[in-house]
Amino acid sequence: MKGGFITTTFNSMLGWGRKYSLYQYPFITACCGMEYMSVACAHYDLDRFGMGWTRFSPRQADMLLVVGTITQKEAPVLKTVYDQITEPKWVVAFGACALSGGIYDNYAVVQGIDKIIPVDVYIPGCPPRPETILDALIKLQEKVQKEGHEWRWSKKK
Amino acid sequence: MTYRIQKEARKESLLLNMGPSHPAMHGTTRLMLELDGEKILNAELEMGYLHRGFEKTCEHKTYFNILPYTDRMNYVSPLINNCGYVMTLEKMLGINVPERAQYIRVIMCELSRISDHLTALAALTMECGAFTVFLYKMKAREYIWDVLEQTTGVRMTTSYIRIGGVRADLHPDWKETTKKAINETRKVLKDVSGLIDKNKIFLNRTRDVAVVSPEFAINYGWTGPCLRSTGVYYDVRKAHPYLVYDKLDFEVPLGERGDNFDRYMVRMKEMEQSMRIVEQAMEKIPEPSSPSQLMAEGIEPSEAIKASRVKKVEEKIKLSPNLEGSEKERHKDIMADSKGNVIPPKEDTYTNVEGLIRHFKFFMMDHGIRPPKGEVYFSVEGGSGELGFYIISDGTDKPYRLHLRAPCLHIVSSLEEIIRGHYIADVIPTFGSMNMIGGELDR
Amino acid sequence: MAMEQEKVINDLKNKFSDKIKEISIQFGEKIVVFEKDSLLDVFRFLKDTPYDFDMLLDLTCVDYKGQQNRFEMVYHLFSLSSNLRLRLKTRLPEKEPSIESLTGEWKNANWLEREVYDMFGIRFSGHPYLKRLFMYDGFEGHPLRKDYPLRKRQPKIPMRK
Repeated sequence: MKGGFITTTFNSMLGWGRKYSLYQYPFITACCGMEYMSVACAHYDLDRFGMGWTRFSPRQADMLLVVGTITQKEAPVLKTVYDQITEPKWVVAFGACALSGGIYDNYAVVQGIDKIIPVDVYIPGCPPRPETILDALIKLQEKVQKEGHEWRWSKKK
Repeated sequence: MTYRIQKEARKESLLLNMGPSHPAMHGTTRLMLELDGEKILNAELEMGYLHRGFEKTCEHKTYFNILPYTDRMNYVSPLINNCGYVMTLEKMLGINVPERAQYIRVIMCELSRISDHLTALAALTMECGAFTVFLYKMKAREYIWDVLEQTTGVRMTTSYIRIGGVRADLHPDWKETTKKAINETRKVLKDVSGLIDKNKIFLNRTRDVAVVSPEFAINYGWTGPCLRSTGVYYDVRKAHPYLVYDKLDFEVPLGERGDNFDRYMVRMKEMEQSMRIVEQAMEKIPEPSSPSQLMAEGIEPSEAIKASRVKKVEEKIKLSPNLEGSEKERHKDIMADSKGNVIPPKEDTYTNVEGLIRHFKFFMMDHGIRPPKGEVYFSVEGGSGELGFYIISDGTDKPYRLHLRAPCLHIVSSLEEIIRGHYIADVIPTFGSMNMIGGELDR
Repeated sequence: MAMEQEKVINDLKNKFSDKIKEISIQFGEKIVVFEKDSLLDVFRFLKDTPYDFDMLLDLTCVDYKGQQNRFEMVYHLFSLSSNLRLRLKTRLPEKEPSIESLTGEWKNANWLEREVYDMFGIRFSGHPYLKRLFMYDGFEGHPLRKDYPLRKRQPKIPMRK
C-alpha cells in the first residue's frame, strides 16, 4: 500500500464510510438464526453499529452473514448468492456449523463454508452469545477500516 | 431434472420460484408456484436443504451423546425435544423420576413452549408488516431466556434434561426471575392483542384465508395447535398424560373455522394457559430436601481425593461453580437412583471407589446405558404438535434405529393443496401460521 | 381402553387369520406383524367404522442387514375417537423391495413414503410422484441403509481446499 498523505487520508475516510454502513444479507438456515434474531432486536441492538438494515437482495448488500448449517444441497445456492453480491464484499461465518460443520460430520453437511467461499471473520459458538456476535462485528469493522481501496480492484480468490 | 410442476404447467402461465434463501421461507425451503396473474394454479414445495443426517448419526453415537443432537431439532423449543427423547429412554429402562424433577421438567417445557409460540407469531406478524410486534415479542422472549439461563447456563440449546432427571437444581432466585418473565410476557401479549386482534389489515389478510376442515386435517395427520384450530380436541398432555400434567389444571383452547386467524388465536391463548401452568407448578413444587444455597464451603476436591485414600471423608467438598445445583444433598431430588444409567454425584466420585467406577463406566464405550432389546414409541406435546420418538435397541450402547415423528412434516405437506386458488400474498401468512421449523422438517 | 384394544386385535385376528403372522407386546404396546400382500385390506379394515383409525401417525422403515427379509416397514396408526395407538409391521425382501402405497387412504403418506424411498430405496407402487425428498437428484445410493458409510460425501459443487 502506498504511503503519502492524500492516499492514506482517502483510505481512512473510505474505510470509515464503509464500516459504519454495512448492509447485511443474513443467509439464515438453522438454529443460529434465533440468536441472530435476538441480536437484531431491542436488547442487543445491531442498529447502533450501523448494521440495522437487512437487505434481502444480494445486489443491495455488501456483507454476507452465513448463519447456520450449510448442507451439500444448499452449497450451490450459497455460491450463487455469493457470486451475485457486488464488490466490495465481506463474509462472516456465524456459528459452529458454518465454521467447520459443527457437531455434524456426515454425508450431508459441508464441513465449513470456507470450502466454498472465502471468509473474513469466524464467530464460534453453538449458538454464539450476542456479546460474541457484537465483538466479532466490531472486529470486522476494524478490518474494513484498515483495507485500502486499491487492494479491492483485484478480485478476491 | 424436471419437477412435477414443470410437467403439469400450462402454456400461458408463469412459473415463479420462491427460492431457498428467502426471507419469508422461515429458513430454507423452495416453493415453486404456477401463476395466472396473481392467482396460484399449482404449487410444489421442495425441502431437504437442511437435512443434517440426524437419524444416521444417531446409529453411531451412544445414547448419552445423542442428547445435544435432539436440542437442535426444533430449535425454538429445545427443552421439549430433550424431554421427549429422555422420556422414551426412561420408558425403556423403567426409571421413575423423583417428583421435584418432574415439576422442574414441566416448568422448563412450558417456558420453551411460550418461547416457541412467541417466535412463530412474531415471524408471522412481521411478514404481514407489523414490525413492532416482532420487536415486542423478542423482548418478552429475552426475559424467558433469562430464566433458562439462570438455571441451565445457556440461553437456547441447553441439554438440561437428562436421563433420570435434570442436570441441576433450580437457582435460588428462580421464583423472582420467573415471576418477572411472566409479568413482562403478559404485558407484551396485552399490547400485541390491542395492536393486532382487531386490526383491519391483519384481519383481511388472515380471516377466511386457507380454511381447513377437520376431516382434511385429520387425514393429513395434523396435530398440535393447527389441528386444534379446526375444532378437534386432541392434546397429548390430556390424552396420554405424562410427567405431572394430570395434577395441574389447564384448558386446551380450540378454534372454530380453521383459517389463519384461528391458528394465530389458538397460539395466543395457549401462551396464557402455559403461563397458568408455570404459576401452578411454582406453588405445587415440593420443597428441596436441603435448603438451597450457592456453593458450599468445604475442602478442595484434590485434598478430598487424597484424604479418601486413608479414611472415609466426612467434610463437605467445595465443588467447581459449573456443578452448582448438583451437589450430593440435592441429588435425590433431581436424579433417579438408577445404577448404570445416571452419573453419581461428584462427591461420591471423588471419595469412594463405587462412585468412581460408576462414573467411569457410564462414559466408557460398550458400557453405560444399555437398554434391553426391543422397541418403543413415546410422544410428547411439542410446539407444533405430537413429537414422537421411535427407538429400536439391540442391547448395545448405541441405538439400532432412531426415528423422530416430526409434526411439521405432516402440516407442511398439505401446503401444496391448501394454497391452490389463493393469491400470492396469501402464501405468506399461511406458511407463517404453520410454524415450519427447518431443523425438525428436514431432520 | 385396554379392553378396546383387545377387541380390535381380536377382530383383526379373526378376519385376517392367515395374513397376520404374529401379535406381540413390548413395553406395554401391541405390535401386529402381517403379510406384505394384505396391506391395503388390513388398513382399509382398520380405517372403517367402528375402529376409526383415521390418523396415520408415522411410517418408517428399518434395515436389518444380514437377515433374509432385510427391510421392515413400520406403521403407526392412531384413532382419535377411542384414543388408541397401534403399530403394524411387515417385512420386505432385499432384492427390489416394493410395497403398495397408502396415498389413497391417508394423504400424508405421500411425503412419508418419499422419505422412505429416499433413505432406503423402497419403491411404492401407486404413488403419484415418487421422487427424492431430502437428498438432491444425482445423489447415488440410499443413505440410511446399513451399508452406506456415514461420511461418504458426494459434493454437488467442487470444494476449494
